[in-house]
Amino acid sequence: MATFPEYIAQNEERDGVRFSWNVWPSSRLEATRMVVPVAALFTPLKERPDLPPIQYEPVLCSRATCRAVLNPLCQVDYRAKLWACNFCYQRNQFPPTYAGISEVNQPAELLPQFSTIEYVVQRGPQMPLMPLVFLYVVDTCMEDEDLQALKESLQMSLSLLPPTALVGLITFGRMVQVHELGCEGISKSYVFRGTKDLSAKQLQEMLGLTKPSASQGRGPQAAQPPLSNRFLQPVQKIDMNLTDLLGELQRDPWPVTQGKRPLRSLGVAMSIAVGLLECTFPNTGARIMTFVGGPATQGPGMVVGDELKTPIRSWHDIEKDNAKFMKKATKHYEALAGRASSNGHIIDIYACALDQTGLLEMKCCANHTGGYMVMADSFNTSLFKQTFQRVFTKDVQGSFKMAFAATLEIKTSREIKVSGAIGPCVSLNAKGPCVSENEIGTGGTCQWKVCGLDPSTTLALYFEVVNQHNAPIPQGGRGAVQFVTQYQHASGQRRIRVTTTARNWADAQTQIQSIAASFDQEAAAILMARLAVYRAETEEGPDVLRWLDRQLIRLFMFHLRRSPFLQVFNNSPDESSYYRHQFNRQDLTQALIMIQPVLYAYSFNGPPEPVLLDSSSILPDRILLMDTFFQILIYHGETVSQWRKAGYQEMPEYENFRHLLQAPVDDAQELLHTRFPMPRYIDTEHGGSQARFLLSKVNPSQTHNNMYAWGQESGAPILTDDVSLQVFMDHLKKLAVSSAA
Amino acid sequence: MNVNQQTPMASPYGQPQPGYGQPSYAPLGGGYPAPYAPYNGPASAYQPGAPPQGPARGPPTSGPPPVSAPQPYSQYSQGDMQNGPPTMTQAPPRPAVSQPYNPGGVNLSGPHPSYPQQYGAPPTMQQVTNQMTGMQITSGPPTPAGPGYVPPHSSQPPINAPYSAAPPPSYTQAPPPAPSAPTQPPPPSEPAPPQQYYGGPPPSQQPFASSAPPTSQQPFTSSAPPPPAQQTFPPSSFSGPVPPPSQAPAPPMSQPQQSFPPTQPHFSSAPPPVSQPAYTSGPPPPAQGSFPPRAPPPSSQPGPFPPSGPPPTSAPAGQYPGPMPPQPQPQPPPPSAQPSPYHSGPPPPRAQMPPTSMAQTNHLPPGPQGPPGPPGPLQQPPPQPGMQGGYPPQQNGAFGQVRGPQPGYAGPYPGQSNYGAPAPAPAPAPPAQKRLDPDAIPSPQASDLPAVQKSRHRIDPDAIPSPIQVIEDDKAKSTEPFTTGVRGQAPPLVTTNFQVKDQGNASPRFIRCTAYNMPCTSDMAKQSQVPLAAVIKPLATLPPDETPPYLVDHGEGGPIRCNRCKAYMCPYMQFIEGGRRFQCGFCSCVTEVPPHYFQHLDHTGKRVDCYDRPELSLGSYEFLATVDYCKNNKLPQPPAFIFLIDVSYNAVKSGMVSIVCQELKTLLDYLPRENPDVDSVVRVGFVTYNKVLHFYNVKSSLAQPQMLVVSDVSDMFVPLLDGFLVNVNESRMVIESLLDQIPEMFADTRETETVFGPVIQAGLEALKAADCAGKLFIFHTSLPIAEAPGKLKNREDKKLIGTDKEKSLFQPQVGFYGSLAKECVAQGCCVDLFLFPNQYVDVATLGVVPVSTGGSIYKYTYFQAQTDRERFLNDLRRNVQKKVGFDAVMRVRTSTGIRATDFFGSFYMSNTTDVELAGLDCDKTITVEFRHDDKLSEETGALMQCAVLYTSCSGQRRLRIHNMAVNCCSQLADLYRNCETDTIINFFSKYAFRSVLTSPTKTVRDSLVNQCAQILACYRKNCASPSSAGQLILPECMKLLPVYLNCVLKSDVLLPGADVSLDDRAYLRQLISCMDVTESHVFFYPRLLPLMKLEGDALPVAVRDSEERLSKGGVYLLETGLHLFLWVGANAQQELLINVFGTPSFSQIDPNMTSLPVLDNPFSQRLREIIDSFRAQRSRYMKLMVVKQEDKAELIFRHFLVEDKSASGGASYVDFLCHMHKEIRQLLS
Repeated sequence: MATFPEYIAQNEERDGVRFSWNVWPSSRLEATRMVVPVAALFTPLKERPDLPPIQYEPVLCSRATCRAVLNPLCQVDYRAKLWACNFCYQRNQFPPTYAGISEVNQPAELLPQFSTIEYVVQRGPQMPLMPLVFLYVVDTCMEDEDLQALKESLQMSLSLLPPTALVGLITFGRMVQVHELGCEGISKSYVFRGTKDLSAKQLQEMLGLTKPSASQGRGPQAAQPPLSNRFLQPVQKIDMNLTDLLGELQRDPWPVTQGKRPLRSLGVAMSIAVGLLECTFPNTGARIMTFVGGPATQGPGMVVGDELKTPIRSWHDIEKDNAKFMKKATKHYEALAGRASSNGHIIDIYACALDQTGLLEMKCCANHTGGYMVMADSFNTSLFKQTFQRVFTKDVQGSFKMAFAATLEIKTSREIKVSGAIGPCVSLNAKGPCVSENEIGTGGTCQWKVCGLDPSTTLALYFEVVNQHNAPIPQGGRGAVQFVTQYQHASGQRRIRVTTTARNWADAQTQIQSIAASFDQEAAAILMARLAVYRAETEEGPDVLRWLDRQLIRLFMFHLRRSPFLQVFNNSPDESSYYRHQFNRQDLTQALIMIQPVLYAYSFNGPPEPVLLDSSSILPDRILLMDTFFQILIYHGETVSQWRKAGYQEMPEYENFRHLLQAPVDDAQELLHTRFPMPRYIDTEHGGSQARFLLSKVNPSQTHNNMYAWGQESGAPILTDDVSLQVFMDHLKKLAVSSAA
Repeated sequence: MNVNQQTPMASPYGQPQPGYGQPSYAPLGGGYPAPYAPYNGPASAYQPGAPPQGPARGPPTSGPPPVSAPQPYSQYSQGDMQNGPPTMTQAPPRPAVSQPYNPGGVNLSGPHPSYPQQYGAPPTMQQVTNQMTGMQITSGPPTPAGPGYVPPHSSQPPINAPYSAAPPPSYTQAPPPAPSAPTQPPPPSEPAPPQQYYGGPPPSQQPFASSAPPTSQQPFTSSAPPPPAQQTFPPSSFSGPVPPPSQAPAPPMSQPQQSFPPTQPHFSSAPPPVSQPAYTSGPPPPAQGSFPPRAPPPSSQPGPFPPSGPPPTSAPAGQYPGPMPPQPQPQPPPPSAQPSPYHSGPPPPRAQMPPTSMAQTNHLPPGPQGPPGPPGPLQQPPPQPGMQGGYPPQQNGAFGQVRGPQPGYAGPYPGQSNYGAPAPAPAPAPPAQKRLDPDAIPSPQASDLPAVQKSRHRIDPDAIPSPIQVIEDDKAKSTEPFTTGVRGQAPPLVTTNFQVKDQGNASPRFIRCTAYNMPCTSDMAKQSQVPLAAVIKPLATLPPDETPPYLVDHGEGGPIRCNRCKAYMCPYMQFIEGGRRFQCGFCSCVTEVPPHYFQHLDHTGKRVDCYDRPELSLGSYEFLATVDYCKNNKLPQPPAFIFLIDVSYNAVKSGMVSIVCQELKTLLDYLPRENPDVDSVVRVGFVTYNKVLHFYNVKSSLAQPQMLVVSDVSDMFVPLLDGFLVNVNESRMVIESLLDQIPEMFADTRETETVFGPVIQAGLEALKAADCAGKLFIFHTSLPIAEAPGKLKNREDKKLIGTDKEKSLFQPQVGFYGSLAKECVAQGCCVDLFLFPNQYVDVATLGVVPVSTGGSIYKYTYFQAQTDRERFLNDLRRNVQKKVGFDAVMRVRTSTGIRATDFFGSFYMSNTTDVELAGLDCDKTITVEFRHDDKLSEETGALMQCAVLYTSCSGQRRLRIHNMAVNCCSQLADLYRNCETDTIINFFSKYAFRSVLTSPTKTVRDSLVNQCAQILACYRKNCASPSSAGQLILPECMKLLPVYLNCVLKSDVLLPGADVSLDDRAYLRQLISCMDVTESHVFFYPRLLPLMKLEGDALPVAVRDSEERLSKGGVYLLETGLHLFLWVGANAQQELLINVFGTPSFSQIDPNMTSLPVLDNPFSQRLREIIDSFRAQRSRYMKLMVVKQEDKAELIFRHFLVEDKSASGGASYVDFLCHMHKEIRQLLS
């Protein structure tokens, strides 16, 4: 048997699953003592180019409460053509199509290497492929320059869409306009005031979208709803029209008096977008792409008044309960998120503004629907442009790397139940035998809706071992978990991906060693971090903070404590929301980088090397490359910086210096090109103002308080009152001893 | 009033100069008699039977009445004439009249003219005669009378003709119809009048003997003569007197002429002699009876008149004869015919009647006439009295005069000349003659008369006051410009073309009052029941030859105003202390004159710069308002026009949408502007709608317009700002593209539901967003049943008509539009509504906003592109182009003692004093009612100042000021002498039409009749008391009140026919509420022109609105201001048909044509010119309907023959008059 690290890597590679423990304690009591729960990071759409989808539908357990999918762990009686469900032990007859099954003629789902398998749901001829729907919701209250850049990005995006994809356009400023596409001559749009929310039904009437059934009597009723309407039309049909329309988009014409913010009806615009899709394409994959140039300033969902003299809420205001719009707005967006997610629609938010735009309130829209949240300073930055372009990345088959309207269902063995999930999902409130009473994250269900998935979307799933101490599991028993993900593929197909995985049970008293060895510290760190972030976000009060501190300290997570996910100091509420959003959906590797940025050092002393994220790493003759996921920062040490200013790199005799300067840039570019969303790229130097990004991340082993006490001249002192890792560790040791006592 | 006055005069004259009196009477009588006629008619007629009795009665009754009558009369017109002396004193009050008199001042020459004018009354004379005839008719006696008369005539052709026959014919028919109508009517009328007169007079006459009778007769006779040329008659009447002098020649003339005043003189003279004989015969006595009453006056005036007396006497005699014959006949009829009322009334009435008639109608006329007649003789005497009287008036007029040179007055006041006449009597004669001349000249009349007489046998209606006669008389006497400088002077009638010279009071085109002599106390006002109201049309368009109000800029401080009451600087402000202060004419408060406005005073206390400053010398002018007068203390933005077009199925299908869009393309070049050389600054915006609204972005930078659909109609808003309201020139391409595409876009629409409330809200919000005032043009087709604010349901329920719940049908169905209107007004958003309904649309509710915002409603029921296109487009063009002000506030300030208490029109009031008009265009009229809250003084009169603050179409804030001063009187007679019936009717109709909102229509009708009866009864009681209760006596100025009131009562609003929809009624109700006097007049009493002959530039004289007046062989044009009919008689001459229609066959005339074929013959050209000119005169385009006799469309046409019984149960004129008489008598008893 391979080592645990190898095993873990292999599992992750094959199934996209990483458990915190890879051998499970066999009783509830023992599991509780482990502190870190049995949990898994699951990436439903883990890219498996090697996995061909199967063109038939899965075989399900016939027990109504189980419905598990036939998998390699099932026992099969080839002669009787029976199989036993490994979750509920129900014996099931194979369907007629499996008549030819035998030991040598096994279907793919029974082969062990297909612990993850993907089925394509067949559709009848009357069910055409679902089109993809992209609804642009565009803010027009922005500087002309920004608007121009945005318009260009949008026009460009049209060329990236498949010709059959349906697109729609909603623009908003003081009013919300739903544009009718494909009209000749006069361009038409339906206008709604930005201060009034509308129900889907009202909207449907106002847009004249009542189904033909409303006007019965004119011939037989259409057998199927039209696949397009005046507002959502195939790209191929209205490509030119929409391009022109976008080209003519003007900045919101309503005058903005001095000292006021433009009136921006973001809340209603999103509501109308959700409503429009709700009544036209329910349960069909669709993306609402919202481009926001500033905070909503009127109507439901407003986060700040239009008086410029009142700044948008800060954490300080929130703590003081001084953010008067926040709760109402949050409620509004949560309701929208609920509606969108129940219809399988994704809401993306691209917020580009120097100030906050209300991501704190709107975060649920992206978080609950699996949408993207992108924050940048301006639409006219490469950060936005390239990120947006990357949304439409395609895989080798030419399909978008995105999936729609997915549901994730979990089946577990009897000894284990699922407590909840943390990630871009919402509960479907499906009760079942495998649902635990203890909720962690979004719990109380064994099904979640994940409206938007991409290959890196990762959910954290928490389990509870429910086996009682006095009911030992037979030796060699394995606990199994099956993940069933149904989704709409970018090609329009309905697919089901099934991952079935199993782990050994071990008695904690006798086999503590093997359990300890199976601990996946990275996964555990992320899982706990998610839990911490989740609680920080959803709960309030000192108890949470104390719990957090206690947990974190017990978990030795020094950097997590300092990370923007938990530490709101110096971050706006929007930034915090943004960081947390990304943290909650990215896969393990990326999440790790977020918690503990990686630091590489480039110098003449040798090849690039990772160095400690410590102030002592900041040396004058080094170039540092820091990747915090959100930022890629190149820091030129004092000396290097002076050299660079002197222009040595221009001189042929100092070509090596030029190479040295170039190396981190090349590496950074590589990172920039692969990451989504695109990080902020910072090139700075010793003493540069942007160097603060680096200084705020490193461990303050040297500060203005102790730099002389330590008597070291190397490294850069950090002006902070934060404790250093050293102090943290000292304290930790003390605590560990005392707590053990 | 004048008439009355005249009558009195007449009486005096009558006595002295029976002839005069008579002449006047005749005319007056004609007029008055009419009223009387019916009554008297019967009475008289009866009397005739009674003749014998008549005399007896006559004397007594007549005796007293005359006296009383004379007095009042004397005061009025008599002042000039008989009362001359006494009147003289009275004269002052007359001043109002005096103005005319003043002219009289101008007098000498004027006097006569004045008489003629007064004689205008003469027409009345005719009317009287008509009435007389009417009387007969009613009574039935007419016919007999007619015959009887005829015989008399025949027997004593000269005499009769001149007297009886002549008068009636001349009056009623005399003018236009004279030829045809006259023939018939004359006889009856003559008889009747005579009878009346006779009946009454005889007794009295005796005393007066020849004189009295003559007078009475004279009126008749004179009237008779006048009738023919009533206008002329006045003169004629005068002439009548005059004639005496020329009697010799006259005699011959007289008979024939009767109609002709000029002739009359002569004739009268002639007739008198004849008449005398007649009288002698006996009949005369009765006639005299009537005179007798006058006799008294004579007695009083005898002095002066004596001279005249003689001549009159002669004349009377002549007349008497005339009357005589009739009397006999009439008498019989009365008993039978005019039932008790009449009978009872008649007998006494007769006696009175004569007098009354004499007094009222006759008196006045007589008076004047008398004088004129006597002129020669009388003149001298009159002169003195007249002079005294006349001059005083003039002095009063002096105000005016002072400002306006006497000449001016003289000129303008030809009427005055009447008054003046007395004084100038000698000179007057000429003027009179002048007038007379034209008319008189028509010696043919004389010839006509006979004919007329012949033809008239059964016609009774001719004996009752004829609107046509009054109109024509007024036209005839208004040859000079009307100057406004004289306080209390009633302007010419609205039907008369006249020029106005502003000399310190507002032109009647801006303000018309019901009474130009206000009672001094509220008791008097209450007693008389005459409404005190002003009909104000602040932005009226003036004819090209009159100067529009000057614009005055008082600089940064804004207009100079009284410190206390805030009245604006005007001619009534009296500068004192060397010009350092001024005293307000309204509240008497003294205010400092700001240094920059200081000016020295001249020796008369007037500012030296008085004539350089419009606000010190004119009645109407404008101030430039400062920023203090602007909303939010911000100068206004230029206004905007927003076109909101219904594009539902019906609208598209009827062709309305494409017509509107097509038209707008050119119409937008004609947006209102102040300087024709500069582009209009008015911005435009476009919206289409069905159950959702479509706004259009037509910004000039766009290649194509953009449509913005707002489907959230429950909470309307404007989806765009920039690009919605644009300058036409800048966005022309985009706008045209839009207008081209709208019809296409909705060509296939299936949407039938519409909204309405949100449409107005949309326009309102757009104006709010643009921060400007403006006007919405809404083109709407159907009842708004789509789910939205202001949604309505069909509530048309004919069963409610006539019940107590009927009023609810006039009230808005929902309160929504009321509050919306309020918002509109606050923003200065005026709404004009063009309706194209195919069924009930609830105009009562839809009209709330237009009516409250100073907008208009146009309704094109069953609109068809082909036939209604022209009408609609012309209305639209006119509406878009007309001058309009926005965001207006009107306030009427009055001098202490009266107060503006009630307002009628299209506006909104948030308090009790300020009339707020979101939009005010040149056609909108506001009627203001005044009430006393204290005593007024005769010295200062009553002043009113109407100030309208508005934003002009170029976005300038201005104040338009209209000042008006009227006299105050302590004698009721003065009040009755200076009323204007057309204006009173305007007020009554508005009052009544508003009352239907709160009371059942029956109650409203009854109270109208009641008030009217009270007015007349009060007059009867206080100004004509001597006569017996059974006699109907109408004030000269109000002799048309019954006929017009009947028209109001019969209107579709108050008495709907079965085919009149609720929408039509609501539409009319709202329409009338903002009509001016001109429009309301023609609306209630349509103009009916005979088209048999079209010669020269003059229009043919109209005929009365009765089927009887239509000749089968003729073609008639009828206009109401809303409708235009061309009625073709079944036997119309081929030549006529060819000329008009290009076809000789009656059956080939297409009844569906809406315009006449363009034929190259003078007749066709002229006819089309006339039609065009009619259309040009009215604020709304009238679609031409060709009605063939006995075609089913004739039913509609008949509806407008308002003197006839209406299909819906409205009484005929004659019947109504009887009814009115009964009411009056009840009040009196």
